[in-house]
Amino acid sequence: MATTEKSFVTNVWDFFCSLKLTLFLLISLALTSIIGTVLPQGSLPSEYVAQISAAKLQIYTKLGFFDMYHSWWFIALLYIFSLNLICCSIKRLPHVFKFISEPTLVLGEGMRNSFSLKKEISFTGSIEKAKERLVEFLGKEFSSPIVTEHNGELHLFAQKTAWCRLGVYVVHLSILVIFVGAIIGSLAGYKGYVSIVEGTSVNSIEKQNGQRLPLGFEVLCENFNVEFYSTGAPKEFRSILTILENGVPVPEYSKVKVIVNEPLTYKGITFYQSSYGQANEGSEHFVTVVERNGGATEKIATREGVVVTLKNGTTLKLLETTEEVRQFAPGFSGPAARIEVTEKGSTPKTFIVFKNFPEVNAQRGDALIFGYEGSNARQYTGLQVAKDPGVWVVWLGCTLMVLGIGIAFFMSHKRVWVVITKGQARIYGNASKNQAAFQMQFEEISDKFKEIKI
Amino acid sequence: MTSSMLFNVTTFTYLISMLVFFAFLAGKNKAISSVASYIAYAGLFIQAVAIALRWKESYDMGVGHAPMSNLYESIVFFSWTIVLIFTFINLKYKYSVIGAFVMPFALLGMAWAQLGMNTGIEPLVPALQSNWLLYHVITCFLGYAAFAVACGISIMYLIKTAVEGKDSSASAGGLISLFPPLRVLDDLNYRAIMIGFPLLTLGIITGAAWANYAWGTYWSWDPKETWSLIVWFVYAAFLHARITKGWVGKRAAWLSVIGFAATIFCYLGVNLFLSGLHSYGG
Ligand code: HEM
Repeated sequence: MATTEKSFVTNVWDFFCSLKLTLFLLISLALTSIIGTVLPQGSLPSEYVAQISAAKLQIYTKLGFFDMYHSWWFIALLYIFSLNLICCSIKRLPHVFKFISEPTLVLGEGMRNSFSLKKEISFTGSIEKAKERLVEFLGKEFSSPIVTEHNGELHLFAQKTAWCRLGVYVVHLSILVIFVGAIIGSLAGYKGYVSIVEGTSVNSIEKQNGQRLPLGFEVLCENFNVEFYSTGAPKEFRSILTILENGVPVPEYSKVKVIVNEPLTYKGITFYQSSYGQANEGSEHFVTVVERNGGATEKIATREGVVVTLKNGTTLKLLETTEEVRQFAPGFSGPAARIEVTEKGSTPKTFIVFKNFPEVNAQRGDALIFGYEGSNARQYTGLQVAKDPGVWVVWLGCTLMVLGIGIAFFMSHKRVWVVITKGQARIYGNASKNQAAFQMQFEEISDKFKEIKI
Repeated sequence: MTSSMLFNVTTFTYLISMLVFFAFLAGKNKAISSVASYIAYAGLFIQAVAIALRWKESYDMGVGHAPMSNLYESIVFFSWTIVLIFTFINLKYKYSVIGAFVMPFALLGMAWAQLGMNTGIEPLVPALQSNWLLYHVITCFLGYAAFAVACGISIMYLIKTAVEGKDSSASAGGLISLFPPLRVLDDLNYRAIMIGFPLLTLGIITGAAWANYAWGTYWSWDPKETWSLIVWFVYAAFLHARITKGWVGKRAAWLSVIGFAATIFCYLGVNLFLSGLHSYGG
């Protein structure tokens, strides 16, 4: 009974230590990750729901495919991955430490034959003399050797950068560190969003899950502005923000410029420029009308979607407005409105009127000339808000990973042995990585070795 | 002299280099393969000048930025990095014949960019106005390029095993005899991936750092991010496969080819077929 139990435990342990499992996990993670890049994630667009069959929708939802990177099975894969990593390291690390702290000082026959890098010399002096001479030689050309006597032979062992065998484990540790950072972030951090109308302030934000979160301070949007290139492409989205504590501006956080790629951080909470728009509620737009053959200009205050009837029975409907027309009408700029004008008894005409181009407005040959004066609408700035106390742990993990990969790939543990018997000395070399580069170094050393006269 | 003229010269140079490599395979004259390599180096140099010139031209236009901001510019840069990594491996390991299987990738990129794409210099949209763009793009593309070279080498490996497996006498005579020995191809594949993997890792990390700086999230499972992670998993599997018995050779070569296919999907497929934050304008 006891033995079968033990073997069961060993089996489980071996399972979690195996590299086959590692390969399986890496390939499974790669394959399953594809799902989330093909299916929509998070809240589903209604067009998608309409085109997929009900059965499919239900199965996919059950399997967590619509939030697959947080589904139980994906998280489980990541846990098994971590377990595999930990078990594998626990199993191997002691051997590696032993390998480093107790190197192979005596080179056995088997290893001698397996090494391709070797050279030998004959000498006539005493073994004692040879030892002295060769210890000095290795110390000068490579690194100071340890001398061991074994079966009447003298073994000189020297090594360099033995610790680089730990590089791989630094890489593996770094993955766990990154996971820890991510877990801290998901437990203690949050993501959210807030929109602030120009000239107003907010003291709370909306978290991703819809909850409102008080900030403990206020954020005031002094001003929002979009700049465009001459091609009409946007150049800069800029909010000017001020942080208020108890209604009083914090001096260092007064009128701070926040643009895409330049966020503002206050008390560990960071605000990122992410969207903007017109705060249209309650705002009025001003359309001008003047008769072509003279007369006073009439200024009409109206709202989007509202129909106004003019004195001669012509109706005017404001369809839509913009603060910056460039993206819709290349060559023009500034505020503009699209209006629908219906003269009494004729069909409606739709056209754009500009604030900055009255001559264009006048070019239309109608009896009435329409213009646009802009609105009293204000813009709002949309800010992404995030707090992530785990992010430093993640960066620590990333740094470890880069260091570890550098060590594991580009450094090698180099070992040189010299075996001295009566009248003969042989030199052997071995490197854990990049044999070709070590071969050149070894040849340089062994060429000098050949010249030694004892 | 404008950059676009120089890019045309580059495309032509890569074409010649590739043809000379093919001539070498047909004629088996060692000197020819050195000529092909030198032509490739010349192309690399001309293209470097062209990229620098385009960079300068963007400043002259008043919209100065590194030429890596849209699909055209990134394809051109990708081609350049492929030839750069090939040059590096060729100078170090001296198996120039792999050029015959690597230069077509570089040529394909340049030809597609020059013939099929809008080559105009565009101003940078706000999302890309950051120095991180430079670090991110350079590391990613150097990594991708190393995988392209590894893929070329793996294709040679697979051709060689297929031919030699069928008819062992073919290895003596046919054009396959010019290929490096299988053991060497396997090793070169590994070495190319040893260059690519750290660079891809840096690419993903710089991308995450930038995302965190610009949006407050270092990882949001955006399709491009996810695909870069998929590529990373495949090559991590490759590295671990090598230390597991029985996975060197043919299976490793296949993993390398699959890895590069995933890389190309990550680079182009995601933009063409999936939507996300990384879509290049247009
Ligand atoms: C469950 C997860 C993993 C396990 C159990 C695992 C295990 C191992 C083992 C046992 C080795 C061999 C060490 C030796 O040569 O003595 C190794 C090597 C290595 N691992 Fe992992 N590993 C895992 C995941 C990863 C991941 C995700 C990476 C990605 C960076 C990675 C990077 C490396 C590298 C770079 C090497 C060195 C390979 C080489 O020298 O060619 N490992 N791993």
